[in-house]
Amino acid sequence: MTKPLNQLSIVEAASGLRAKDFSVRDLWDACMAEAVAKNEELNVFLELFDANEEAIAAAQQRIDTEGEGAPLLCGIPIAMKDNILIEGHVASAASKMLENYTATYDATVTAKLKEAGALFIGRTNMDEFAMGSSTEHSAFGSTRNPLDPTRVPGGSSGGSSAAVAANMALAALGTDTGGSIRQPAAHCGLVGFKPTYGAISRHGLIALGSSLDQAGPLTHTVEDAKILFDVMKGEDSMDATTIPADFCATKTSAAKKRIGVPYHLLASGVDEDVRARFDETLEKFKEEGYEICEVQLPTSPYALPAYYVVMPAEASANLARFDGIRYGNGGKGKDLLEDYVIAKTEGFGHETKRRILLGTFVLSSGYIDAYYRKAQSARGALIAEYDKAFEEVDVIAFPTTPSPAFKFGEKSDPVSMYLEDVFTVTANLTGMPAISVPMGMVERDGVQLPTGIHFTAPKCQDELLFKMGGMVTGEEIY
Amino acid sequence: MTTPEEVLKLASLARIEVPEGELPEFVEGFDAIVAYVGQLEGLTINETSDILPYENILREDGNATPAGTWTEKIVAQFPQKSGDSLSVKQIISHD
Repeated sequence: MTKPLNQLSIVEAASGLRAKDFSVRDLWDACMAEAVAKNEELNVFLELFDANEEAIAAAQQRIDTEGEGAPLLCGIPIAMKDNILIEGHVASAASKMLENYTATYDATVTAKLKEAGALFIGRTNMDEFAMGSSTEHSAFGSTRNPLDPTRVPGGSSGGSSAAVAANMALAALGTDTGGSIRQPAAHCGLVGFKPTYGAISRHGLIALGSSLDQAGPLTHTVEDAKILFDVMKGEDSMDATTIPADFCATKTSAAKKRIGVPYHLLASGVDEDVRARFDETLEKFKEEGYEICEVQLPTSPYALPAYYVVMPAEASANLARFDGIRYGNGGKGKDLLEDYVIAKTEGFGHETKRRILLGTFVLSSGYIDAYYRKAQSARGALIAEYDKAFEEVDVIAFPTTPSPAFKFGEKSDPVSMYLEDVFTVTANLTGMPAISVPMGMVERDGVQLPTGIHFTAPKCQDELLFKMGGMVTGEEIY
Repeated sequence: MTTPEEVLKLASLARIEVPEGELPEFVEGFDAIVAYVGQLEGLTINETSDILPYENILREDGNATPAGTWTEKIVAQFPQKSGDSLSVKQIISHD
């Protein structure tokens, strides 16, 4: 092996483990050494876990006895976003409100990864309760982008993207409510995948917007993302929104070899060099016999306003349960009501409070029709438009973000920060799967920064996105 | 335009206190966001096709796990407790 162990992909590491080039322990030590060395500067992990000797030994034994039959994730160190429950570990969602909350059970995704023999290296920083696009809203300080520490890693899964980009773990899990896996993946040069709504169980995830949230992988390669997805997907009796196994079987459609591009949305607001990388990437598909077609998605300009109604509405409802009474920072007031007020006021950060107030506003009597119901109808219109477009094309493509990673403090007013998600939110509003794949570099202040191409597919067509993503990275995905 | 009183009213509904010093920033941010999401006014909706179909998925009511399975772990995190019970401040006053 020429690469250091902590820089391997999951596939490369699995192969090396089976060939006995190195042990599970060697791989763990390589990742942990890098994490310890860089964490002070980058603030990627809120906590690095002690080595779980039992799990390391069990993974090694499984590889030794089962060989090729052992799951590919066996013995692979993975970083977990701080809103995913791992029994016995703190899960704080990067909030003071939950800084002392210890998970009493495993999230379904955690249990599935454990079953496959994966190892957890630590819990990663994020925007508080996943509200943000830069990790600047974490209660425990921002994470720095490993490719340029003066810039943000994206968010809200910015700790997870930085962990993989800085080679502190071979892969990471994030959650995506409006782009929180795909945008940080684009800003850190990784593959980020948001599955079809309901493809992966959310049992044991700290909820932000329940009609939008999905968990998914951040990885070096498209194949690695597929490996993680294949392990985590499936119906779960603990999450009634998961898709039954036979549902998607009826949803296949013949390949058209056509990619739709909503050029009308790219006419302004996208950096010139980002647009150039995008056009160059589409050229590759033309060489492979794909046709690039213009698609009209006239409701798209309303997607982000609709998202910033639906998400705060759902967030304000989801976060109402955090009152400091059963765990956390409660008990400081003179009566129960004051206990609540003190716990919430001290426990929630500025952006979280802002969104709770906004959610309370859009759901209040007199405004619910103008905002919340209108936004829900916009979702219906978006779904209808995308479904119609997919009659003509296999996937719809645009750049994941209009610009590369930005500097700390650059987007201090809330609306400019929200515009980071302008291209990614629609996949959450429609429930459709989407992937971001690195599409080349652009230069800012003498530093080369990555950009991402974003593909959206019809519901249940998750596998198609791996194929398309693989064509960008040069991987052959079956 | 949002008024400071409106923001304070929403905060009180959400059981949050907005310190006086932070109020102007909350009002300003709130105004900008409400103006932004107000673009939805311009959207014409087709009332027949754009309404999302919702259905409730229900399961039988019952204990998912035998009583006591999680008690010890959950009680361990209570800030204030009496045995296996969570202690809270008095809710109904005798005054």
